[in-house]
Amino acid sequence: MFGAGGGTNSYQEVEDADVVFLWGSNARAAHPIWFHHLLKGVRQHGTRLYVMDPRRTESAQWADVWCGLRVGSDIALANAMAREIIHAGLHHQAFIANACEGFDAFAASVEPYTLEWAEPITGIPADVIREAAHAFATAPRAMICWTLGITEHHNAVDNVLALINLCLLTGQIGRWGAGCNPLRGQNNVQGGGDMGAIPNKLPGFQDIEQDADARARFEAAWGVPIRPTYGKNLTQMFQAMGTGEIKALFCIGENPAQSDADAHHIEQMIRGLDHVVVQEIFLTKTAQMAHVVLPAAASWCESDGTVTNSERRVQRCRKAVEPPEGARDELWILSEIAKRMGLDLGHPTPEALWNEFRALAPQFAGGLSYERLEALDGIQWPCPDESHPGSTYLHGRLWEQPRQGRAAPFSIVMHEVPFEQRDANYPLLLTTGRRLDSYNTGVQTSGYASPLRTGETVDISPEDAARFGIVDGEVVRISSRRGSVLAPARIDPSLREKLVFMTLHFPDDVATNVLTIDKADPKSGTAEFKACAVRIEKVPARVPAGVR
Amino acid sequence: MDIKLSQAAAAPDERAAVDALLGPPDSPWVGGARGAARDAHTAVGGRVMRERRHLLVPALQTLQARIGWISEGGLIYVCERLQVPPAEAWGVATFYALLATSPRPRRVVHVCDDVGCRSRGAKAVLAALEATGAAIAHEPAADHMHLDAERPGWMHSPCLGLCDQAPAALVTDAGSPCDERLLGHVTPERARALLDGAAPGADATSVTVLPQQGDASLVLLARAGVVDPTSLESYRAHGGYVELPKAIDRGAEAVIREVTASKLVGRGGAAFPTGRKWDAVRTQTATPHYLICNADESEPGTFKDRVLLTADPFAIVESMTIAAFATGCEKGFIYLRAEYPLAAQRMRHAIDQARAAQLLGDDILGRGVRFDIEIRRGAGAYICGEETALFESIEGKRGEPRSKPPFPVHSGLFGKPTVVNNVETLANVLPILRMGGEAYAKTGTSQSTGTRLFCLSGAVARPGVYELPFGASLRALLEQAGASPRLRAVLLGGAAGVFLRADEIDLPLSLEGARSADATLGSGVVMAFDDDEDLVDIVLRLAAFFRDESCGQCVPCRVGTVRQEEALHRLARGRTLAGAPGEIALLEEIGVAMRDASICGLGQTAYAAVESAVKRLGLFTGAGA
Amino acid sequence: MTATLVHLGRPDRTIKARITCTIDGHAVTVDEGTTILAACRTLGIEIPTLCFLETLRPVNVCRLCVVEVEGARVLAPSCSRATEAGMVVHTKSERVRHARRLVLEFLASSVDLSTTPGMADLLAEYACTPARFGPPAPQALAGERDAAVAGHHAATEIGFAATVAQPVKTDNDLYVRDYAKCVLCYKCVEACGVDHQNTFAIAVAGRGFNARISTELAVPLTDSACVYCGNCIAVCPTGALMPRAEFDMRAAGTWDETVQTTTDTICPYCGVGCTLSLHVQGNTIVKATSPLENGITLGNLCIKGRFGWQFVQGPRPVDAAPPAGD
Repeated sequence: MFGAGGGTNSYQEVEDADVVFLWGSNARAAHPIWFHHLLKGVRQHGTRLYVMDPRRTESAQWADVWCGLRVGSDIALANAMAREIIHAGLHHQAFIANACEGFDAFAASVEPYTLEWAEPITGIPADVIREAAHAFATAPRAMICWTLGITEHHNAVDNVLALINLCLLTGQIGRWGAGCNPLRGQNNVQGGGDMGAIPNKLPGFQDIEQDADARARFEAAWGVPIRPTYGKNLTQMFQAMGTGEIKALFCIGENPAQSDADAHHIEQMIRGLDHVVVQEIFLTKTAQMAHVVLPAAASWCESDGTVTNSERRVQRCRKAVEPPEGARDELWILSEIAKRMGLDLGHPTPEALWNEFRALAPQFAGGLSYERLEALDGIQWPCPDESHPGSTYLHGRLWEQPRQGRAAPFSIVMHEVPFEQRDANYPLLLTTGRRLDSYNTGVQTSGYASPLRTGETVDISPEDAARFGIVDGEVVRISSRRGSVLAPARIDPSLREKLVFMTLHFPDDVATNVLTIDKADPKSGTAEFKACAVRIEKVPARVPAGVR
Repeated sequence: MDIKLSQAAAAPDERAAVDALLGPPDSPWVGGARGAARDAHTAVGGRVMRERRHLLVPALQTLQARIGWISEGGLIYVCERLQVPPAEAWGVATFYALLATSPRPRRVVHVCDDVGCRSRGAKAVLAALEATGAAIAHEPAADHMHLDAERPGWMHSPCLGLCDQAPAALVTDAGSPCDERLLGHVTPERARALLDGAAPGADATSVTVLPQQGDASLVLLARAGVVDPTSLESYRAHGGYVELPKAIDRGAEAVIREVTASKLVGRGGAAFPTGRKWDAVRTQTATPHYLICNADESEPGTFKDRVLLTADPFAIVESMTIAAFATGCEKGFIYLRAEYPLAAQRMRHAIDQARAAQLLGDDILGRGVRFDIEIRRGAGAYICGEETALFESIEGKRGEPRSKPPFPVHSGLFGKPTVVNNVETLANVLPILRMGGEAYAKTGTSQSTGTRLFCLSGAVARPGVYELPFGASLRALLEQAGASPRLRAVLLGGAAGVFLRADEIDLPLSLEGARSADATLGSGVVMAFDDDEDLVDIVLRLAAFFRDESCGQCVPCRVGTVRQEEALHRLARGRTLAGAPGEIALLEEIGVAMRDASICGLGQTAYAAVESAVKRLGLFTGAGA
Repeated sequence: MTATLVHLGRPDRTIKARITCTIDGHAVTVDEGTTILAACRTLGIEIPTLCFLETLRPVNVCRLCVVEVEGARVLAPSCSRATEAGMVVHTKSERVRHARRLVLEFLASSVDLSTTPGMADLLAEYACTPARFGPPAPQALAGERDAAVAGHHAATEIGFAATVAQPVKTDNDLYVRDYAKCVLCYKCVEACGVDHQNTFAIAVAGRGFNARISTELAVPLTDSACVYCGNCIAVCPTGALMPRAEFDMRAAGTWDETVQTTTDTICPYCGVGCTLSLHVQGNTIVKATSPLENGITLGNLCIKGRFGWQFVQGPRPVDAAPPAGD
């Protein structure tokens, strides 16, 4: 945010925070070791924890206050809190004056978001919203941490901006223990962004369209012109496949055939391509559709390199075992492809490539030598030179007098309901998430025998189970406008009426993404996995789960 | 927190019992019904719930009292209500001897087989019960699923604190309400009748008759057996509630000055100056402060606090109120051992009466002083008399002692500054304020001021609680109590005390007198044994007591008490591993390690009586006696 | 440096006073609040420990680390007792050696210490002869110790030394619990509980010699709250808790730490970035741990990190038939 795409604080800072909003995140299950840091705060420092989640998850059960908002009402809740804070005079006027722009317009924009308006929209009682808002604003240190509950919506970026507004409004940013932090869902989501594997940035979050100096640096180093235009995000790519603009796909370590929303549609798109190359460690469903599969080494234990975690810490990955015969290091594969396309890059070592990156993004990574990464057990960017210890929290500049750099803008964002609403045909809302022992489409986690694993279920509230006459364990049909699957029902008291929950962990058994909607956020390309309308029906005969 | 509960459901009466204690559940997230719109969107948890953990032991006790044991369904319901992880609750439930985690009959007759009772009729009672074939309540029978809850059972018990009426038994009849009675002079016939369902009759402690009844020199016991312990008016008529208003007039510092001047030291065993303790708590900046009256009198042979609590309960309430005022406590607890049901009843009544008369509560005597008292009952664990184990127990945990430092005056109950005083110590507060500290300090000896209560039992004609000024001779006390002319040994100070030979009883009963005789007054136990006594059997029982009552936390005590008992058994049976001298040397090695390296006083003193039995009485060596 | 509106950095920690004490005749100056054990380590004085771990709050129950503090009635646990100005400490006195020797003998005579690292050396150093308490009593039946009732006395078997011997609990595919090897150091309970994981699947149940680590009602782990993070395994000092894979390899005689390598890398799952130490034997990962000193994990992992590495050793595309392209 405000330039660099990364969480503003370190894990250990959450141990010193006085209030934490854990928003749209079941970190207890999805980020268990980060949750240890949070619990240290809760149990030792006395951190007051608010969990905003439609489900009363494991994480929510730790909360001092659970705010069980309606799916997709995040902006309504955030803006109502903002209005309450402003009306109570609890906004940080000195900080706003020093660091922000657009406050007046923002204040005007949230004016309609009264507590009384927000209560029926979010479901959360007005007194609870008020108390949470006051606690956040008056805490010496407060943090907002979120996960996919915020970002897997058609208005994901607006959701994030609404949370950032709260931090700006209260000065809960740019200090130890105060800030806003996305918890990354995957081992190197952050590192992918750092290294420019996003459509709008060069390595080191240097903007392709706007940063001419950066472009020049890369052009000089690489000897090729850099086109000053943004590339396509995932959703746009599949749209382009639909229009025929994209004809070939090189897919590295991703399983879109099962991980992306509206799986039937995705499969159709992939099958319509002229040429599909998948570089993988397994024969995933996507790999099975490929024309060429390139067996790769597992990057985390069969090759060397770096990853970046959710606190912006660049960490060394090391080779511990030899890959199986025939599988090749990803770097080797890419270099060979380049060579066969006529560009001989040789076979650079991971460290040599890393040093090239450091040279091209010096403000960001200049001080991150392999030697220092080893010695310091990873370093948090930005780290411009080798005497710099790394950055625990970001944006301290906003507090400096006079402020350094550009002002932090308030963003005007408005509540929108999820794209798909419940109706008479689809009277339930399906939301998705993770379980503790499994991961994404189960490609990796299916490799070990978890005693916790019960296979895919559709979790339903006791009320809905009673309404539809469903008993625990009974196989039911779940249908959306896009498809239908069978799965055993699990009665889950953490769900309220009309809300059902599934995961994506067992796509071979239950292809949950047949149900989900590919209505994506135009700004981020993330699909609205967290909300689609479904119905649940009893299945007449005994049919094994998963059969369509 | 994210606890996982099994599907086991509480029976309606279990649920009702828990709800009667905690109130009905206020949301579906703690066991209530679903349906309210608010509950679907918000829930309070976190610290508010964690701060209810201290209700765990009372909640488990209420289940025990209602049906006689803690079923899985009952345990799970308590866990749901209090949001306590079931494994933790299980750890707590299995720690306390009077909480059963396997089915027990509604009526259980707990027969004392401890040192004070075993040779005074208890063995005959136990033999009679064994012959009936009735369920031994603590042994989960192979077919316990078919246990007939209505058929009474029985079990062994450590000292019930009724050594003056040996042999003793405690009868518990689970139900609503649960009926508990302490019975004395139990005969085999009476015990058999109890197993057949006979009414237990009046509690043996309901009427107090002192050996020294009417003696004008009594100070702490002056009102005992005279005042009506259930009447505030009677207490006032006998000089009660004169000191509290005067103490408030004088102010906290002046009260502490008097207590300091009196040189009063704690009567629980450690003999720490009470005035210093009070002052240390008063001056702590951390708040709140807590006051605890330690009434977990469980040292075998000890029953003096029982007499004070049952015979003069208002005096304890008044003393606690003054102590709380002096030390800045607004909340007090009486931690009262489970085996004293009548004492609990009388204290509860006294507290209620005092509160009704504005002698407790938010505005005591209209003077703006705030203090109230809650009774917490033990659940069958000697170790909980250790002050830090007592804190753990009140906090809803296993009674495992803490490492000191930090000391309770800095970090005690709930981590806050805490005054812990024994019942007898508190009973001295009123006389000190009445007489003035300096005058009080002139009684007793120069180093041991005031009077002391002694619990006479065993081979004496007139057992009971005696009050003597410090410095009186042990021989005189024994004579006063009518000790057997064939006296062989005296256990002085309790299980954690030492045996004295019959020729060693001329010591003065003062702290310094005991110290110079390498003995301790401990909790005031004076248990006499004559030639009829099988002292080896007594020593084995003491060793078993420490083994049974060790909390198990630290290695020296957990294993040392076992190794000590094993060595004693080998010696007693003449089946030594390396000859008697080798076993005795081994006992010494074990004992020294327990004394030096154990966390708390239990392990540190577990060898004391054994050592004295070997070295002074010549047990196993033939030397000594 | 520019001025800021408010203090931005870490909350100020009070600067601790420095105090000087004497240990084994050496003066040492440390921060106030430093434990005797930590002070000893700065002097290079070795103190044996079992229940102590840097990442856990000291429970001071094993009493192996006791030292003599002049003026104190009893020995002090060095792992938790703070140094004080002027304190005089002896770590090698006869009293200390005696207590340590007996503690070791108590444990060695009641617990299987065969997989406790360094134990054989310690027993030799303190000249322990645990057999002097008699031959070990027969092993308990499965579940017998779990059913022991607090405060009730089981008849002593004359001539035998009581032990905690009992069958191994193997109720799941990921790790075993061999409580015959349990010294009741409480570390697993602390790690499962407030110190790290806060799952509370296990607690100490019962009391005295019958105290034991237990789930509620001693149910199998699969019915308990256990989330298989294995953070209890990570802190177990005796091998009572062991990954199933290691347990099976040891049983088969194929576990060989002398040929294993350990390589630190980053867990492939969520974005927290936990350091995984991969223990490799014969190009096969046999165990995953995390370094205690790692600031992110403090040695902890979740089920995926500790047990979820097996996939790299499963069938891979190179083993499979080529895809059916057109």
